[in-house]
Parts: sequence; structure tokens; C-alpha cells
Amino acid sequence: MSARPYSLTELMAVAAAREIRDGEVVFAGTGLPMLGAMLAQHTHAPDCCIIFEAGTCASQLAHLPMSVGDPRTLRGAATAAGLQEVFNYVLQAGRVDVGFLSGAQVDCHGNINSTSIGADPRRPQVRFPGSGGSCDIACLAKRTIIIAKHEKRRFPVTVDYVTSPGWLEGGDSRRQAGLVRGGPSAIVTTKGVMRFRADSKALYLESYHPGLTAQAVADDTGFPIDIEGARETPAPSPEELRILREVVDPERIFLA
Amino acid sequence: MTGKLIDLPTAAALIPDGATISFGGFTTQRHPMALIHELVRLRRRDLYLFGHSPGGDWDLLIGAGCVRRVELAYEADEAFGTVGPRWRQAVERGQIEWEDYSNFAMVSRFAAGAMGIPFMPIRSLLGSDVLARQALTEAQRAADRRTSPLKAHVLQSPFQADDRVVLVPAIHTEFAVLHVQKAASNGIVRIEGQTFADVQQALCADVVIVTAEEIVPEETLRAEPERNPIPHMAIAHVCHVPFGAHPYAVYNYYDYDPLHLKRYHDHARDDAGFQEYLDRYVLGPRNHLEYLEAVGGPLHLNTLRADPAYGYSPNLRRRRLES
Repeated sequence: MSARPYSLTELMAVAAAREIRDGEVVFAGTGLPMLGAMLAQHTHAPDCCIIFEAGTCASQLAHLPMSVGDPRTLRGAATAAGLQEVFNYVLQAGRVDVGFLSGAQVDCHGNINSTSIGADPRRPQVRFPGSGGSCDIACLAKRTIIIAKHEKRRFPVTVDYVTSPGWLEGGDSRRQAGLVRGGPSAIVTTKGVMRFRADSKALYLESYHPGLTAQAVADDTGFPIDIEGARETPAPSPEELRILREVVDPERIFLA
Repeated sequence: MTGKLIDLPTAAALIPDGATISFGGFTTQRHPMALIHELVRLRRRDLYLFGHSPGGDWDLLIGAGCVRRVELAYEADEAFGTVGPRWRQAVERGQIEWEDYSNFAMVSRFAAGAMGIPFMPIRSLLGSDVLARQALTEAQRAADRRTSPLKAHVLQSPFQADDRVVLVPAIHTEFAVLHVQKAASNGIVRIEGQTFADVQQALCADVVIVTAEEIVPEETLRAEPERNPIPHMAIAHVCHVPFGAHPYAVYNYYDYDPLHLKRYHDHARDDAGFQEYLDRYVLGPRNHLEYLEAVGGPLHLNTLRADPAYGYSPNLRRRRLES
């Protein structure tokens, strides 16, 4: 993709931003979700409300935060409180429209593992930080967008540990488990964008990134995926790229 | 009138081996690092930590061999280090006992303890392995009465059919240690910016130690009581510790230190490097002032100072650093 006038990170940030609608309440995490949320706020969704689980609501970010507890999230914020307020009164109460999630593994129903690799989580081969707020966002946001590195081993049929529940076993299983709302609506990866069929909750490929083919993306996925009708991911516009580079991340914290 | 004021080494020495503790802050802001450095110097062992999203505060204690058991949701410095290197090593080597929760579950557990009730119902965790699986064995739970015998419990609402909640058990700790912007000698505390779960953590602890950037007259804080979130009778001890959260940020005072955080993560990748970090920045310096000298002294620390218009340093160099 080096010949193109944008990087993979920029393409993914734009794809993430386009998932946010104007006026929505957005639960943002560190990295690509913050790039996407800030970009959306400066383009098509000026009235989106960016909130952070560490306690800030409706931030008007002037500098890209490097953590959800960053003092930068206080810039222009309407409210500063704590985890108790954000999780109870905003997330659990059903006031979050869209949450961003990521992890080391994502399975065919959008369940995410950010805890550990290995069959026995008590003796893992590799340990990660853990849920943080991911499980909570996955359970309680109205919908979630998953950001992931697209490799075969990162997209297994089932994850080693369900840190953040997606559609669980598909079909009606999420509601059966007692979850009152939500579920993943898209997975933005380094190779394409995937979505879920309405009833079965089976994944299908909506788009593959420029320079790839639908079949190449399917070959790098650890389970069979429907690629029929997949098209090329729309390229970022010059204006989106300008805002990303000049306004959102001029320090090249994540765009580098 | 010194009231609850004590010095930092005296405060740290109150915490014995094996104590249950929670530390304030969230990933990259307001961890009581100066007191944590003291605990490493005191070579505390078998500490039992409760937290939601700690970062290098826990990583340092875990790496230095001070910790036996933890209950947590997350341990990392986010964009500065996406997994705590010593936490990861300790788990993979079987050197630590832990239980996984989520941030919402942990703050709810602290809140239950703070309110004096046995558990809190939440709508999270359902369908996840955070609920379905336990990292601690039954034997490990039974061996320490401070660990809840049950990780969590799904309850059918007695009021509504088909409505389920997850009960998470209350936390009580022997100590909570917070680092805040301002405190008075009688224990009134001012937190600026996000409060994280500091209030709940303080109120479910037997003994609360507060380290503060500034000690101010009681009257100053009494002039705006709505900004003092913790009932002051709950605070046992107050220490004056400027730059007490370094290398993490304190809103309105100073930013995080990207250079030093890179230094930590570069060192902590392997055992020898981590030991070198400990020797140079924690065990070598005899106290907090010597630590501040070791990390660059006033010349360096002044580059981190917050711009009053922002509460952080808008021109801070955050990438492409040479440590």
C-alpha cells in the first residue's frame, strides 16, 4: 500500500470514524478508536459525544490522549467524574451508542480475547493486560466496533478466553445469556471491514482494503467467511487525511 | 498544627508485609509512586493488591517481588506499554496469584465495601469468561479469608421475571494510598480532574494514606466544600510529596514523563534490565528527593510542568525519544 497517498493506520482510522454517526455517544479507547472518534468529531459528526471510562464526558480533545486516564481527556469536557459515574449512569443505564474494542484474538461471532493465550488461563503461554473496561463496554454499549490486526492466528473459530462477549455462539445466544442490549456491528481490521448477518450473526466480508482481494482476506482468516459481494474499502478523502494529519495527530503519536 | 501530617517514610513503614492495599490513580495518572518506591526500599513482601486499571505502580512492586496476590481488571501503561512487562512475566512464570475482573466490576466491588454492603449487582460480565472462569483455585480462595469465597454470583431478579444481574463481592482493604493535588493537615482532600475510583477505594479501607502535591490551609479547601469528595474523617494520614506521582501525570501540576516511561519499559523487558532500573532509580536513591535527582532533577522535571491553560503540557515531546 506504500504507493498510495495514505497509510494503513490512516485508512483504518477513517473506516472507524465512518462508523460513528453525528450526535452519538462514543466510548473511546486508546489508539485507533481515539483517532477515529476525534476525526469523526472534526468531520461528519461534530456533535458526537466522546466519553472515557476513567471519568470524562463530552471531551473536546485538543491533543491526542495516550491513555483513557490522560489529563488531555479533560480538555473541553462537560463533566469530570470517575469510573463509578461513567459505568453506572452512562454505560449501564444505556446511554452509550457505540463503543470501540480491540484484543489479541477475535472469533467468528465477534467474541474478543484480551486476557491470555493458551487453553488454561491459569497457566497461559502469553498473558495480556486483561479486560479493563472492555468486557463492560461489550456487554452494555448499544453496539460495538472491533479493531483488530488481521492474521489467521488472531481470527480463530473460538477464542481461548472470552474477555468481551460478542454474539457468543451466534443466533439468540447473547440474549439467552442475559445481556440486555448491544453486540458487535463491525470489525475493522488491517485487511478489511467485516459485519454480521442479521439473524445468524455469522460474519461476512463487507470490504477488503485497496491492494488486496476478497479471497486474500478470507485466506488470512481462521474460519470460513462469506466474501460474496465484498467490494474495495473506500479510500480516505483528501480532507479526512488533512484533518487526521494536521488536527488529530500532528505529533504522529499513532499515525507514525 | 500538624494534625494528620506525617513524613513519607513514616507513612510507608505503617504498611506491613502481607497487607491488603489499593492504590489510587488510573493507568497513567495520579499513582502514589513515591510511597510505592518506599515500599520497594523497605523490601515489603506478600502484599495483596486490589485495583481496576493500575499501570507501572503495580508493575514495579510485582517485579521487585513485593506482591503475592492481586485482584484486577487491567495492568498496563496503555500507549506507553500495552502490557505491564513484569506482570506478564510473573503470570507466565507462575510467580503470582491473581483473579480477573472488569473495571466496572472492580469499581462496583470497591463501592460496595465503601457503603458497607456485601455485594453490588451489575449487568456486565454475563456470557464472558471473566464470569465463567476463575484464575484462583478453590484451595487458594480458602487459604486466605480476605479473598471472597465466591468470585461472582448470577442472581435472578426477585422483582422481575427474566431479569438477571451479576453480584460482585465487596472489597475491604487494610490500606488505601492516594496521590492527590491538594490536602489539608486535617485530612480534607481536593482531587482535580477525574476522580477515577479513588473515593470508593479510600472509603473501603481501614487506613487511608494521602500523599499530596500541596498542603494548603484547611480554610482554602473549606471555601469550596463541593470540590472535596472524601469525608475527611476517613483519612488517617497526610504526606506532602511534590512530584509524588512521577513518572505519571497529575492534572494541573505536571504531565506524564514519556522519556522516563520509555526508560522503564526498555529496562523492564528482561530481568537484568529491570534490576538495573531498580538499582538506579529506586534502591539506589535513599529517598524521594534523591529519586527526583536520579530521574533528571529540576531541570528535567520543569519540562513536565502543566500549562495552567490546559492542566497538562501541550508541547510535551511524546514520541521518538532517546532514553
